[in-house]
Amino acid sequence: MDPSPSPLLQAENVSFRWAPRLAPTVELDRFTIAAQERVFLYGPSGSGKSTLLGIFGGVLVPQQGHVRILGTDLGSLGASRRDAFRVDHIGFIFQQFNLIPYLSVVENVLLPCRFSRRRRERAMQAGGNLEAQALRLLAQLDLGRALHARSVTQLSVGQQQRVAAARALIGRPELIIADEPTSSLDAGRQEGFLELLLAECASSGAALLFVSHDRRLAAHFTRQVAMDEVSRAAPALGEAA
Amino acid sequence: MNLLRLALRSAWNRRVTLALIVCAIALSVTMLLGVERARIAAREGFSQAVSGTDLVVGARTSPIQLVLYAVFHLGEATNNMLWKSEQQIAGDPAVAWAIPISLGDSHRGFPTVGTTPAFFEHFKYSLGAPLAFSAGRPFSGLFDTVLGADVASHLGYRLGDAITLTHGSGGIGSVEHADKPFTVVGILARTGTPVDRSVFVSLEAIEAIHLGWQGGAPPPGGFSIPEQFVRKFDLTPKTITAMLVGLRNRAAVFHVQRAINEFAGEPLMAVLPGVALDQLWQVVGVVEKSLLAVSALVVVVGIAGMAAAVLASLNERRRELSILRSVGAGPRHIVALLGIEALLVTGSGAALGVALLVALSALTGPWLESNYGLPINALGWSVDESLLLAAVVAAGFAAGVLPAYRACRLALADGLTPRL
Repeated sequence: MDPSPSPLLQAENVSFRWAPRLAPTVELDRFTIAAQERVFLYGPSGSGKSTLLGIFGGVLVPQQGHVRILGTDLGSLGASRRDAFRVDHIGFIFQQFNLIPYLSVVENVLLPCRFSRRRRERAMQAGGNLEAQALRLLAQLDLGRALHARSVTQLSVGQQQRVAAARALIGRPELIIADEPTSSLDAGRQEGFLELLLAECASSGAALLFVSHDRRLAAHFTRQVAMDEVSRAAPALGEAA
Repeated sequence: MNLLRLALRSAWNRRVTLALIVCAIALSVTMLLGVERARIAAREGFSQAVSGTDLVVGARTSPIQLVLYAVFHLGEATNNMLWKSEQQIAGDPAVAWAIPISLGDSHRGFPTVGTTPAFFEHFKYSLGAPLAFSAGRPFSGLFDTVLGADVASHLGYRLGDAITLTHGSGGIGSVEHADKPFTVVGILARTGTPVDRSVFVSLEAIEAIHLGWQGGAPPPGGFSIPEQFVRKFDLTPKTITAMLVGLRNRAAVFHVQRAINEFAGEPLMAVLPGVALDQLWQVVGVVEKSLLAVSALVVVVGIAGMAAAVLASLNERRRELSILRSVGAGPRHIVALLGIEALLVTGSGAALGVALLVALSALTGPWLESNYGLPINALGWSVDESLLLAAVVAAGFAAGVLPAYRACRLALADGLTPRL
């Protein structure tokens, strides 16, 4: 058994296939993330990264194995409890098109607080009220007030990603899952975004699981894991090229 | 509440598409309810062809046939009733008034009705409206005639014009009563009933133009009695086709009906016009049912259009639904979002449709009523209409929510990153 106090995320013997006849997309023996850890997960596209994140987020249910987050087995929760659990404890950032076009910047940031009382309460504790906390996070992510009035579709991709980061961070979830959030940014902006994200994760005490195919960013993380080390179903890195 | 706001914002974001769907639903609803109203109006207009008449009396035949010729002036009576029977029934203390009807001639396809001035006084239609003259007065002279509104307008007759009647219903080989022209002395206001399509003359005139005729054929050898001598003959009719009877006390109607059915002088029959009209309507009812079927189809097409549009929009909403799922929305939230939208769209479509219908019927109602005898009520609202409307909204809701299941399946299969 793991000697450290129970990890933030613990996955064991997980096997997931999209359809009964297909080969498993993800097949892992053991994977853990400790609290406040920064994990860099890399692997080529098609290696099952997004599927794995779906499993960790409780959106996809593996046919075998267990995923525990904060000691709770996701598989033991009903579908709607799992949805609630996800928003309570995990913030997501995707590759692009993270934002809902018909909501304002602040409304996008506050979305998790609509669905999670825990996130709402934690955001209020931190900022006094929800809006103030959203504005504070946006400011820390270098998004000035002038941008808030704009429609989110008018923001640049980099700005959109920072709004998405603020949304993932609001209400201090224990885990941030970022699925290639920098891949649509140019190289100069990737570093800047990553630094802001890491700083905010550190200040809110969240662990970060950062998925990318680009190993140049790996230096910022406490641990690097290749997808083919995690999942037996993933093609070995050498073969994929 | 949050979800409602979210649904509204999302709908507003796709307002152009949704507005088109709302319009399609509104038009289908207008059509469905419009046809339904026209159907009810047609039925009412039909049953209001005669009102205030308690009994229709004639020689024994089928009730439908009796009403067909006595009220609609259509077809020919197989048997007539005796004038003295009419006199006897009209003299009954229970009878308030009696209108004799004598058919058999026509003018350019419009039936001629031989009657008495009592017709203009006592005949009622719709909900008890009396006949009114748009010009002139009832007939008084022997060769005076009063025209229904359609006859006058179709044939362009005005007061003082001379017309001749045709023996029979005016097919090939019919004989004209050309020797005895009539003068138009009155034109009736439009009623939307068979009265509009009839030519009215006195019973004596019917006798007069048939003087010397035998067995439905003109006197042999071109013999005809000149107009000026006609008045010297006894022009009291021997027979009439039917009579309309109004009672002093409507409660006595079954009593009087039985008395007439057992009439001693000759075999007669009395029918309640409402009952016979209902029977007749059932014959015509096939048309009404097919009308309703057509408009139901229109609604189905409208709602199918909505379902198609919702399904098509799901693809463009996949990203939105994935984001919502990543921030904690579950399938039930997604179903609720789509359901709220479907309800919103069908609800506003239905409301718009009703508004359109009310506006249309208020605008065209008076015209429809006077020209086609369709009594359309702009603001009247019936339980049936509410049910139809509820059915439309329910069907629209179902059509909007069924794709929600697909949306959930997509959202589940997509995980957090839609495969586009």
